[in-house]
Amino acid sequence: MTLSPPVEDAWLVIPLFNEATVIEEVVRAARRTFAHVVCVDDASTDRSAGRAAAAGAVVVSHPFNLGQGAALQTGMAYVLAATDAAYLVTFDADGQHRVEDAAEMVARARDEDLAIVFGSRFLDDRTRPGLLKKIVLKGAVWLTNQQTGLRLTDAHNGLRVLRRDAASALDLRQNRMAHATEIVLQLGRTRLPWAEHPVHIVYTDYSRAKGQSLINSVNILVDTFLK
Amino acid sequence: MLDQPLIKILLLVAIVVVTLMLNRSGAGARHQAVRRLMLVAFVLLAAMAVLFPALLTQVARFLGVGRGADLLLYGLTVFFLGFVASSYRRMRQMEQQVTTLARELALRAAIHDSRGHTRHEDGPTGPQT
Repeated sequence: MTLSPPVEDAWLVIPLFNEATVIEEVVRAARRTFAHVVCVDDASTDRSAGRAAAAGAVVVSHPFNLGQGAALQTGMAYVLAATDAAYLVTFDADGQHRVEDAAEMVARARDEDLAIVFGSRFLDDRTRPGLLKKIVLKGAVWLTNQQTGLRLTDAHNGLRVLRRDAASALDLRQNRMAHATEIVLQLGRTRLPWAEHPVHIVYTDYSRAKGQSLINSVNILVDTFLK
Repeated sequence: MLDQPLIKILLLVAIVVVTLMLNRSGAGARHQAVRRLMLVAFVLLAAMAVLFPALLTQVARFLGVGRGADLLLYGLTVFFLGFVASSYRRMRQMEQQVTTLARELALRAAIHDSRGHTRHEDGPTGPQT
């Protein structure tokens, strides 16, 4: 894997908010496989933006905090406006996604001519979230499938590969966390070919502490319905 | 002016419903005009309730509500809900506009930087302390 040349035509889009302790390592690791990384700094109050830039990422900085959905949309807008990348990969800043998975997903999109590849942690049993988290995630999947008409096994996975045409069809308006459902909804409407790819989520103590608290799923639920 | 109180109440309810419906179709001159009419109606109704409390009680009795004050409270509740709904919508709209603006700024700065220009050492130019 390390011998293969870096992927040139796919950009990694990383929404970044207060991840100074890990972002440099995450970007460095990613850049061993992906030549181009854009971090959207959502007005972090720590040194996240500087660390990301030091690791070789392009940094787009929001003037004030807008939320993860808005950061994703900004990152995609950057890739579409400033580059001629064929694919973009949405990737989390906290190091819970594996770069190998992202590379496999891009390769699969290329080989099978797919416009969208969703990462799913439930296609195999490598990832082991806690029981309560699993129930909430499965509930979110069910709800998303009801709303979107797609049949996904994992709705709230931040690892996705989007071909240029799929990315340009997106217009995320949910600035906060409900964007995960919104992405699936808007991508479903494009009727472009898609697939799910098994990925492994690394639940470290760090990502566990930073990740979605379960109580926040209440907010997501309300945001999803109150548009 | 003091006759036919029932129809006035019904009209007022209708205006509330219409306003709630207008809230769905976005802001505009029509929307604003109806909101102002509602405000006028609200002021008139309040003045009448102060000047003729007995009338308010009569209406309340007619509608099956015990006292005029209770009726006033119910009316206010409906009014308040409509207000909350409309300000939520307006806030969402404003949030969208601010997001679009902020994104445009962020993208411009990033693309500007990537073309070999550099910003000032300590961030964007402008009054800073």
